[in-house]
This record gives sequence, structure tokens and C-alpha cells, in this order.
Amino acid sequence: MNIDRFKPMTVYTIYMAATPEKVWQALTSAEFSRKYFFGNAVEIDLRIGGAYIVRAPDGALHISGEVAECVPYRKLSFTFNVNWPELIEKLGATLVTYEIEPAGDAIRLTMTESHDRPLDDDILSGGRQGWPAILSSLKSLLETGQALVVKMAPPERMLAALKKLGIKTP
Amino acid sequence: MSKPEFVYVTYIETTPEKLWEALTSSDFSRRYWFGTELQSDWRIGSSFALVTNGITSDVGEVLEFDRPRRLSYTFNHILRDDLRNAEPTKVVFTLEPHGPLVKLTLIHEGFAKADKLRDAISTGWPAILSSLKSLLETGSALAIPRTALGKEIQSS
Repeated sequence: MNIDRFKPMTVYTIYMAATPEKVWQALTSAEFSRKYFFGNAVEIDLRIGGAYIVRAPDGALHISGEVAECVPYRKLSFTFNVNWPELIEKLGATLVTYEIEPAGDAIRLTMTESHDRPLDDDILSGGRQGWPAILSSLKSLLETGQALVVKMAPPERMLAALKKLGIKTP
Repeated sequence: MSKPEFVYVTYIETTPEKLWEALTSSDFSRRYWFGTELQSDWRIGSSFALVTNGITSDVGEVLEFDRPRRLSYTFNHILRDDLRNAEPTKVVFTLEPHGPLVKLTLIHEGFAKADKLRDAISTGWPAILSSLKSLLETGSALAIPRTALGKEIQSS
């Protein structure tokens, strides 16, 4: 997959007292992700072209994509398409990239959400609301053994913008 | 991407009062902010300074002190010519209870477009606030050397 056409639109950086191996495991396993990702299960086939899937707590397919880059313990990028009718037709694919770098005894995790066309802040607000909660919770899980219980209201601003575009949301 | 402001949100398992204390006390800041002390009497209009190992790097003025909800000060780098901003920049911390957690929002604004200072603080704040979160949740700040942050602040 050629990912050159994707441009970064949301970047979130967080530092954690954890090894790159542990962070990688947490980012790529359903067992971990259920704890820090609002109960969602990440299933990923860790090779270029492999499937990336997120299942909602009830098992329903919520997000699907494909692995674009995979450098174990350092870099992982994949498309990340929420399964709502007409979303991908109207907004194009979403690309998520995780980069893990050593920072002293800690690591720096950088999440970049990229898109293949300009999108306005209303559309991007959903990710900008979600990522800090997900990654703050992941940090707590790896440092304390307990994920955070972040009760998040639905991303109303994004949902209203999607509705305006005729995208059907649950 | 090159908006002249920096926004960072994190969720911390603590109370607004403890987080407020950590944001305004040098005993805390020395541990999570690369050894930096926050010098101010925290009255609105009072002076504010960031001092590391006796060297003042930034000075400003306290704008808001609404304990434990909203803290704001101006911020003007004085150490390095290449990071000096023509006008002081402004930092606003908002603390909101979020169930058993606190949602901390930092907005740092007032940069000239594509400003070098903005690049430096965009690298610095995630490290400082990640370390603050670790300190409040685990009792230990993160051991992040300044040299691990990237070239913008390495030489400061």
C-alpha cells in the first residue's frame, strides 16, 4: 500500500515507564486493548498487508484496516476505517501510525492519525477526543497494572459533522 | 498542522486538589519538570519564573488562579535568543473532574506561525505532563533525560 498520500492531522505523544516490547504487546493484543481501549479488542496480523480489526465489546466489527508498515517494537502503521456506511467513500481512509522510541529509562510513544485529503476540525474532533483517553489509560495500565476507567461521552461534534455529510452513524 | 497553539489533554487518576498542588509547587515540579522550580507567590498579576539549577529560563505573569480549576500564566523564554518570542505566550491549565479521574487540558498559545519556541514546547510538554501523571499515579516521576527530547531543547 502506498501511504505517501496520507498527511498527518492529529499527533499525540506520551512517555511511559515501560519497555518497547511491552508497549508493542499492549498495542497489538486484544487482551490488553480491552482494558485501555473502551473495551474494544484489537486483532492484528503483524505483517505488511495483514488485517487490522477492532471488535466492539459485543464482538461486532467496529474498525477494519490493513497493516502498511511493521517494524517490531518500533513502528506500526495500518489503515483504521470505522465501519459506518459511506464513511470511507466520503472521507477516505484513515491511517494510524505508532512510533516507539527510547527516552532514557522510559519510552516515547507517538500516535499519528493521517488522512489522504483535507478534513475539517469537526471531523477530526472525534479522534482528538478519543486518543488522549486511550493512550493515557494505556500508560496507567503499563505503569500501575490498572487501566483508567474513562467514561467518555459520544463525540457529538464529530457525529453532527458526519450526519451533515449523510454518513449514517449508530 | 502549523496552528499557532499547542493543546495537550491527559487523564490522571488523582484529585483536582493534588493535581493543583503538583502544578503550583516547586517540591513537585522539581521531580517531574526536569528539575525546574516554579517561582511565584501565585497572586494574580504577580511575577512567575521557571528556574533550573539557579538559572532562570522563562519569566511571566500570573493571569488566573482559580483553585483547583483553572491556572494561567504568561510565559516568555529569556535564555536562548533563537527561542525568544516577540510577545509573551500564554499557558492555561484546566482541571476537570472526570469520574474517578481528572482531565487535564493544557493550551499554550500566542506563538508566531511556525515558531521555533512552539516546536520546542511541543516536544517538552508531553514529557513534562507524562512525568507528572506518573508521579501522581505511581509516586515516581519518569527518568527522561533532556537529551532524549529532540534537538530543539537538547541544547537548552
